[in-house]
Amino acid sequence: MTGATRTVPSLSGVVARGGQPPASLDTPVKIDVDRLNFYYGEKRALDGISIQIRTNLVTAFIGPSGCGKSTFLRTLNRMNDIIPGTRVEGKVEIDGEAVYGSNLDVVALRRRVGMVFQKSNPFPKSIFENIAYGLRINGLTRTKAEMAERVEESLRQAAIWEEVKDRLHDSALALSGGQQQRLCIARALAIRPEILLMDEPASALDPIATQRIEELIYDLKKNYTIVIVTHNMQQAARVSDLTAFFWLGRLVEFDRTDKIFTAPAEKLTEDYVTGRCG
Amino acid sequence: MERVFRHFQDELDQLKERLLKMGGLAEERVRESVRALIDRDHAALDAILRGDEPINDLHMEVDDRCFKLLALHQPMAADLRVIVAAVKINTDLERVGDLAVNIAEAGKRYLQHAPVKPLIDIPRMGELAQKMLRDALDAFVRRDMPLAEAVLAADDTLDALKTQIFRELLTYMLQRPETIEPALDLILISRHLERIGDHATNVAEDVIFILSAKDVRHHQADAPKSNDS
Repeated sequence: MTGATRTVPSLSGVVARGGQPPASLDTPVKIDVDRLNFYYGEKRALDGISIQIRTNLVTAFIGPSGCGKSTFLRTLNRMNDIIPGTRVEGKVEIDGEAVYGSNLDVVALRRRVGMVFQKSNPFPKSIFENIAYGLRINGLTRTKAEMAERVEESLRQAAIWEEVKDRLHDSALALSGGQQQRLCIARALAIRPEILLMDEPASALDPIATQRIEELIYDLKKNYTIVIVTHNMQQAARVSDLTAFFWLGRLVEFDRTDKIFTAPAEKLTEDYVTGRCG
Repeated sequence: MERVFRHFQDELDQLKERLLKMGGLAEERVRESVRALIDRDHAALDAILRGDEPINDLHMEVDDRCFKLLALHQPMAADLRVIVAAVKINTDLERVGDLAVNIAEAGKRYLQHAPVKPLIDIPRMGELAQKMLRDALDAFVRRDMPLAEAVLAADDTLDALKTQIFRELLTYMLQRPETIEPALDLILISRHLERIGDHATNVAEDVIFILSAKDVRHHQADAPKSNDS
């Protein structure tokens, strides 16, 4: 399992072995992680993760339950900070700025790095208010007209505007599961983040709603850097440009998605994607 | 998960077994067509001409199995490569069966004339083509990379034999115009055997693809790769 010991088993690895990443995947590095360890108390949950997340691409994290992929995702916008007894070592930088720097404003960080969760969690308020709330508390709009504009823009980006435009003041909880999830995506987009982290965003949805989310991810990558955790390998294959495979808290392999699913370099990755382990 | 996986593995094993059966039938028909030509065995040639339904049936069955495996199991990595390769190997084996029929047809015409010359190189070609086919399928079953590579190397020998046969028969045709018709049939037969070698080469290339994920067709292995690590 040589991949586990590589510090950056990524596109740089491809180049080192004489290959060239296709131009479309060679975008600037957005998130640079170097030898990241993460602990829940004494237990090391992430072991020496080094990876470069690239701008305007979709990066998928795959691996069996408990492999650390969600934990790792949450280190990228310090969502683990709220869990007592956790500890981080190593470096995470977004556009060169240290995420775990002592003077970093976590609220500002989370404004840049939006997050969508497995279970849609709309506020028990109207559709409009779900989007407007974040804008208001962050003081991002000055007039009512501007607020209405931003709400519409976010709902359009999340491909749900047409379905809700005539009932913006109805309760968000009356929406279907798939609509609620797109509303949560709209809510995350409203504050205009640069990065969108998605933790199993379609795992509770039916195939049609899942397809809509996947199409949305495809559209959104033009404007956002997206990282998605999924236990559905077909979904990772469909939506992502790059895939990282995690196993027991380690990053085993990180490469172009087509490579991971047709000809992975590591035996462990091969065994996982063919269903022989995990 | 384990049960689903076992189901897939069983299906994959059956797919391989069908391909091997098909390869065995194709190889046998090549052997029989060349033997019948050498022994001037009209009845055997007629038997070959009567059809290759078993191979054609397997051809359709294997395609159907691959199609269903792709649709129902959505295989990844090595499993995906095996099935994509199986679709191609299937076509190659079916073509080998057809070429055996072509040899029998040319053989029938050839036997209507007096022998042009003792057949030496055509039996050698027949043996080599069969060996290539057998080795390619053995490499498939045993996951034997060196054996697959040896098949690629053998193709040059087969090509050289075909060229040699053509040159030799050209001399006969120039000197004795009455041999033109049967000599042309022998040239055709050598051409069919050379094509069988090409199909065995394709199978070997597919085996290399299954085992290493490298596409060695059209000498791509020699060229710098732009999309691989």
